[in-house]
Amino acid sequence: MSTFDWVIQLIYVLAASCFVMGLHLMNNPATARRGNQVSATGMTAAIAATLAIVIHGNLITVTGWIVLLAGALVGAAAGLYSARTVQMTAMPQLVSVFNAVGGGAAALVGIHDYMRAGAAVSATTSVTTLLDVIIGGVTFSGSIIAAGKLQGIITSAPVTFPGARLVNGLLAVIAVGFGAYLIAAPSAGLLTVVVVAALIFGVSMVMPIGGADMPVVISLLNAFTGTAVAMAGFVIGNWAMIIAGALVGASGGILTKLMADAMNRSIRNIIVGGFGTGDAATAVAGPGGDVKSIDADDAAIQLAYASKVIIVPGYGLAAAQAQHEVAALADVLESHGIEVSYAIHPVAGRMPGHMNVLLAEANVPYPQLKEMDEINPEFARADVALVIGANDVTNPAARRPGTAISGMPILDVDQAKSIIVIKRSMGHGYAGIDNELYVDPKTSMYFADAKKALAEMTNAVKTLVA
Amino acid sequence: MNYPALLVDVTIFVLSLWVGFEVISKVPATLHTPLMSAANSIHGIVLAGAMLIAVTANDAVGYVIAFLAAAFAAMNVVGGYVVTGRMLKMFRKRPSLPPAAVGANGGKASANGAGAPGPSA
Repeated sequence: MSTFDWVIQLIYVLAASCFVMGLHLMNNPATARRGNQVSATGMTAAIAATLAIVIHGNLITVTGWIVLLAGALVGAAAGLYSARTVQMTAMPQLVSVFNAVGGGAAALVGIHDYMRAGAAVSATTSVTTLLDVIIGGVTFSGSIIAAGKLQGIITSAPVTFPGARLVNGLLAVIAVGFGAYLIAAPSAGLLTVVVVAALIFGVSMVMPIGGADMPVVISLLNAFTGTAVAMAGFVIGNWAMIIAGALVGASGGILTKLMADAMNRSIRNIIVGGFGTGDAATAVAGPGGDVKSIDADDAAIQLAYASKVIIVPGYGLAAAQAQHEVAALADVLESHGIEVSYAIHPVAGRMPGHMNVLLAEANVPYPQLKEMDEINPEFARADVALVIGANDVTNPAARRPGTAISGMPILDVDQAKSIIVIKRSMGHGYAGIDNELYVDPKTSMYFADAKKALAEMTNAVKTLVA
Repeated sequence: MNYPALLVDVTIFVLSLWVGFEVISKVPATLHTPLMSAANSIHGIVLAGAMLIAVTANDAVGYVIAFLAAAFAAMNVVGGYVVTGRMLKMFRKRPSLPPAAVGANGGKASANGAGAPGPSA
């Protein structure tokens, strides 16, 4: 090993350390920004070291340089533009697109290496190449479909057809079967079949998954991308890629598990598709009762007389683009000495932690953003729980067995002294069952659009306390 | 002792997975979106792979693949870090800017709560 190789490998180790340190610093909002900078520094070092390899080897053709630089410039410009302009509500789409291009690039690395090596490829390299190509291909097409569903270009409803599972199974068999054959008898033509099968499988895997399951899907595709990149690292023998890919794979894996648990569903159940299939338990009737409807003034009176208010935002809040209005209401309440905090369910939003970002953008300080386990004991001390656009995650029916959401971790909103729910109608959440919270004698329903309702409540509170 | 390259690679991969699980399980739910975005930027390291395949590309198909891989990976790595930084910048301990939204709503003030009793607060 030459001195040059030594230096390069040591820089890769340094870069990998920066990635781990960067992720470690993300354990606290106060240090997270520095973590991102540390990680970016490591990335710059790794890319610079790779550039040194390219120059040092002196094998790259002039066309190769042009292609590489042009590609990098086009990609960097696209990345920079989308990162600067994206709306925080559209963050899940952007993350999906980055998953797609990352997985796609990893698959291309594998394809290129396979074509170049031709028949000379060894069996062990073939295995990692095929894993890279299959996982990368599935991630690429799957993430594009996920982004399309999130953006509303593709229907977010589950899309299935008779025999869909059979087709999916067949595609998987084709990809893996031809892949296995390729290990024994390398052939560029057959690799195309594997790539196409993987791409179609990605589409058919994500199409049947409904919009509400998106936090799980994005996390899973994130884990796939990491794994594909690690496999690409195996193929070209690059440790920095193996380590980085494994870190991302672990991160995506953890988030997938957390999201699936928070939605009370198994990962398998989500991938197989269709809500309620398999666990179609007939809902046990909960306590019946009348719904109490109020207007902005009544809600304002309750809030103005409270000493502790907990706001429970759900996806409906983001859909109504009302995060600034809720922050404004919280500001008015706080300026009159009322304690305000936010109870954030793990699946509030379209990706893990999405609601926190939306509220942070609306200038809500992060100490007020409370996780489920932290806030649940506090509901009993809250004078008012203000539920905006959240449904299933507040339904006390989850505590009883025999309902579609039994066992799902929920926010203990019903423990608050009084509850105000802002909602357009008595419509069901994704689970399709009645929310027993709405008929609780302590609950008042304010039927309105979240944005308009919050603005009116803010004005009413201002008038009251003026 | 000379271990086969694949064995070394597998060792590195598995140990990195464990490091990942250990480090990431300590990230609070508040930061899960920036975390995923940060992880996204880290898999932008695939740009290194795109650069290395450009070295061996010597025909039209090879160049097209290298171009696409470089473009995809560069988009991933640049966009990932920029958007993560943008998100994390918004996480503040105290509101440091005058909340613009309050002013925006103030204009729509109506006499909604006029008849209601004034609270002692």
